[in-house]
Amino acid sequence: MKDVDGNHPIRPRATPVLQEFAGEGLRTLALAYKDLDEDYFHQWKRRHHEASTALEDREGRLDQLYEEVEKDLLLLGATAIEDKLQDGVPQTIEQLSKADIKIWVLTGDKQETAENIGYSCNLLQEEMNEIFTVSGNSPDAVREELRNARNAMKPDAVDSVFPSERSLVKGPKVLMDEEVNGEHGLVINGHSLAYALEHGMELEFLRTACMCKAVICCRVTPLQKAQVVELVKKYKRAVTLAIGDGANDVSMIKAAHIGVGISGQEGMQAVLSSDYSFAQFRFLQRLLLVHGRWSYLRMCKFLRYFFYKNFTFTFVHFWYGFFCGFSAQTVYDEWFITLYNLMYTALPVLGMGLFDQDVNDAWSFQHPRLYVPGQLNLYFSKRAFFKCALHSCYSSLVLFFIPYAAVQDTVRDDGRDVADYQSFALLTQTCLLFAVCIQLGLEMSYWTAVNTIFVLGSLTVYFAVTFTMYSNGMFLVLPSAFPFIGTGRNSLNQPNIWLTILLTSTLCVLPVVTYRFLLIQLCPTINDKVMFKVRQTKASPPPPTRRARIRRTSSRRSGYAFSHAQGYGDLVTSGWFLRRPAAPRPLGPAHAGRATTGFSPMGRSAGYSPTGRPQNAKAPGVEVTSLQMYRTISDAAL
Amino acid sequence: MASSYNAKEEDGHHSGAPAHGGAAAAAAKSKKPDNTAFKQQRLPAWQPILTAGTVLPAFFVIGLIFIPIGIGLFVTSNNIREFEVTATPTRDTSNVFMYYGLSNFYQNHRRYVKSRDDSQLYGDRSALTNPSKECEPYRMSDGQAIAPCGAIANSLFNDTLELYHIDSNGTRNTIPLVKKGIAWWTDKHVKFRNPGGNNNLTAAFRGTSKPVNWRKPVYDLDPSDPDNNGFINEDFIVWMRTAALPTFRKLYRIIQKKAVTTPTLPSGRYVLNISYNYPVLSFDGRKRMILSTISWMGGKNPFLGIAYITVGSICFFLGVVLLIIHHKYDTRNNSADIPN
Repeated sequence: MKDVDGNHPIRPRATPVLQEFAGEGLRTLALAYKDLDEDYFHQWKRRHHEASTALEDREGRLDQLYEEVEKDLLLLGATAIEDKLQDGVPQTIEQLSKADIKIWVLTGDKQETAENIGYSCNLLQEEMNEIFTVSGNSPDAVREELRNARNAMKPDAVDSVFPSERSLVKGPKVLMDEEVNGEHGLVINGHSLAYALEHGMELEFLRTACMCKAVICCRVTPLQKAQVVELVKKYKRAVTLAIGDGANDVSMIKAAHIGVGISGQEGMQAVLSSDYSFAQFRFLQRLLLVHGRWSYLRMCKFLRYFFYKNFTFTFVHFWYGFFCGFSAQTVYDEWFITLYNLMYTALPVLGMGLFDQDVNDAWSFQHPRLYVPGQLNLYFSKRAFFKCALHSCYSSLVLFFIPYAAVQDTVRDDGRDVADYQSFALLTQTCLLFAVCIQLGLEMSYWTAVNTIFVLGSLTVYFAVTFTMYSNGMFLVLPSAFPFIGTGRNSLNQPNIWLTILLTSTLCVLPVVTYRFLLIQLCPTINDKVMFKVRQTKASPPPPTRRARIRRTSSRRSGYAFSHAQGYGDLVTSGWFLRRPAAPRPLGPAHAGRATTGFSPMGRSAGYSPTGRPQNAKAPGVEVTSLQMYRTISDAAL
Repeated sequence: MASSYNAKEEDGHHSGAPAHGGAAAAAAKSKKPDNTAFKQQRLPAWQPILTAGTVLPAFFVIGLIFIPIGIGLFVTSNNIREFEVTATPTRDTSNVFMYYGLSNFYQNHRRYVKSRDDSQLYGDRSALTNPSKECEPYRMSDGQAIAPCGAIANSLFNDTLELYHIDSNGTRNTIPLVKKGIAWWTDKHVKFRNPGGNNNLTAAFRGTSKPVNWRKPVYDLDPSDPDNNGFINEDFIVWMRTAALPTFRKLYRIIQKKAVTTPTLPSGRYVLNISYNYPVLSFDGRKRMILSTISWMGGKNPFLGIAYITVGSICFFLGVVLLIIHHKYDTRNNSADIPN
C-alpha cells in the first residue's frame, strides 16, 4: 500500500488512529484505492471467469487472481464502526447460568470474535479450568480433539457414548448429564462442526459439549444452527430455547422447543417465526425466571387442585354405593352436581391460576435457583398425580363416613327426620364445598383481593343458590325440578349438622397441614427458604445495586477490534489499550463503561482482561477502562 | 452478524420499527402495557406460609376447642334415654318420641328414589290422572292412574303400634299418641297438597285407584281428621321423605309431656301392641320400635361426641409432636443456606 499523497504520507498518521479506534472497541476499516486500466481489467475479468468455472483448483486460482489485482493500493484513510452488545447481556447470562440453564452461542463470526464476545458477556470466564478449541479439518482430527477434550475433563469416562447401553429399554436413547470437575468451555469452528454433526460423530460431540459449562460455535451457517438445536433436542431430555434477531436465526428458532425473536434493526423475520419476541436480550431473564416460573407454578397448582376437587367429589359416590345397593344413586343434589364445577368452584381455581405467585419478581431475580424445580418437573409428575389421588381418596372417606356416622339414627331437635336422603345430600355437599375451599386456601400462596372475593363469593353463592332452589317459590314454579324444597331450612338450623360440617372440614385438612409443615421443617425446598426469607424481610428488596448503570449518551467505549484476521490481532492480544496515560477525561456520561473507576472484585463486567492480565495490579496513574459489550446473536440452549 | 449499528435506546424504544411486547412503536402510539399493579402483577396480597408460629397454636387451639365440644356432645347423648322394644323405667318429663325402625331397607336405591310424582303430590289435577313415567310400574292399575303413584308410596309402612300402661290397679291405660306434628312443616304445608282442597276427598280422587299394596285408598288414611287425610296425611309424608341409609328410623308418634312434675312415662309395666302388617322377611329386613327423648343435638348418637374428643386429642398430640420436631430442626432452617 502506498500513500496517496507523496508529500503528506498518510500511513504514519493512519496507524495510530487505527490503533486508537481499535482501542476503543470500534471495528476498523482501512480504505485504499487503485486505478485500473480498462484493457487490463477486461483481461483480468476474462481470466477470473475462467478461474471461477475451472474444474480443478478453483479456489487456488481465484485466490491467485485476487492477489494479483489487490496490489499497490493507495491508502485513503481509516474508518471505524461501532457495534455494541445490548445492555444487560452479561448479567442475563450470569443469572441464567445460575439457574442451571446451559448457554451455547452459535454465531457466524470468526473464532477470535466469538471468543472475545464469550469473554465479554460472561460466558467464558477466567476461572474456567480450560477452554478447548476444536478446529480440525478432517473427521479424524475433529474426533481426536473431542476425545482429548473429554478425557481432559473426565479422565475415567467410559468410552461408549451411552453409559447404560446394555439396557434393553426401547425407544429413543437419552444422553444423561455427566458430572465433571471444574468448569470448561468449548469453542468449535464451523467447518469442524460440519464433521462433528455427522451421524457417526454427533453423539461424541454432544457428549463432550454437554460436559462443558459453555459452548461457542463460530462460523456457523444457519442450517448448522438448526442442526445443533435438533441434536440437543433429540438426545437430551432437555427443553431448548433459541434466541436470535436476524433472518439467519430463523431456522434455529423454529427448530427449538421455544423460539424467541429479538425485534430490532435487523428486521422482523426472527420475530415473525418465533413464539415470543421482545426487544432486548436481557428481557429473556424476566421471561424465564419470572414469567416462565410463575406460569409453571400456576399450571401445576391448577391441575393438582382441579384433579383433587373432582376426584374427591366422585369418590364419595363410590363409598355411597356400598350403602345404596350399588344403584348409582348420587349422594348430592342433581343441581349441585351441575353447578359444582360451573359455579361453586370455578372462579376460585381460576383466580389461583391467574394470580398466584410464590415470590415476587425482584426476589425471583435474586434467587435464580428457584427456577430449578421447573426443570426437574417437581410440581406435577406421575408421583404428584398419585399423591393427589391418594389425598382425594382420604378426603372422600372422611367426607362420606363422618356424615354417615353422624346422621345414623339421628333426628332433629324436635324429633323429626334429619336422616333423610335430601338432608344427607345437603350435609355432604356442604361438607365437600367447605373442605375443597379450605384446601384451595392452603394451596394458594398469594391472596389478592380478587382471589379473596372469588373464594368467599363462591361460598356465598353456594348458600344463596341453594336456599333459592330449596325455597317455596322455585318449587311452586316447577315441582318436579326442585324437589328439595324445605331441606335447607329444616336441616341447616340444627347445631349437630353444623358440628358435623366443622368436624369433617377439620379432619380433611388436618393431615395436609401436618404433612406440609413437617416437610417445611424437615426438608425445606428452595421455595420454602426463599419465602421464609421474604417474610423475614417483610418488604421487597431493592434490585441488586452491585453494578450501578449510568445512562450513557456517548457511544465511545473501550473494547476490542475484532473483525479482521490480519491487522490488529496483535493489538488485541498485546493489551496495549488496557493501559492509557492518565489523560484528564470528563467524568459522568462521557465516562466509559461502568460507574466504577476501579474494578469490582467480582464479576466480569468491570475491567476484565481476556489476555490474562491480573486485575488487581493497578498501576499508578493508569486509568483502567472497562469492557465493551458487543451485541451478538446467541443461541441459548437450555 | 453483528454488523449493523444499533440505535436502540436503553429502555427499548425504537424509532420506526414495529414493536412487540414492551417496545414502543413511535412516540404517539405505544404498545407498552400499563404500569398498573393489576397488569404488572403487583397487586397487594396476603402471602401466608406455614410457619411454626401459625400452625402450632392452631393445632393447640383446635384441640382445646374440640375436646370440650366432644365432651359436651357425649354427655348430652348419654343423657338421652332411648330404648328399643323392651321398656325400662324413665323419669323424664319431656316429650317422648316413638319411632319405627327398619333395617336392610334401601330407600336410597336410585330407581326407588325416582319413583314418585311430586306434581301429583302437590295436588296438580293433570298429574293426578296422568302421573309421570317415573312411577312405572306403579303408575296405572285397573286402567286408572294410581294416586299416589310410585314405589315409594306403594311401600308405605302400615304397621300400627299401640302402647298401654298397666298401672298399680291393673287397669290398662292407653297412652295417648299424637299423630300430628311428625312431618316437616314445609312438607305438610307446601310440598304436599290434596287436589281440590282438603274437603270431599272421595270426589277429588275419583277416577284413580289405590296403590297396589295398600289396603285402603289414600282418602281413607285418616277419615276422622280432614287435615290429616289424603296426601297430607303425616304418616304418609314422613314415609315419602326417603331415608339416606338402609338402616333408618322414622317418627311415628309423639307422647306429649304431662305436667312438669309428672313423668311422661311413669314406671311400671307397659304393653306394646303391634298390628303386624308390614312384611320385611322377604328382603331379610328387620323392624323395631324405638322410644326416645330428644335434646338440642337430636337423638342419641354418641358418635359425634366421641369423634370430637378423638380429633381434639389427636390435634393436641400432634401439636406437641410438631413442637418437639420444630425445636429440634428449626436451627437448621436458616435462610442463610439458600444456595446462590
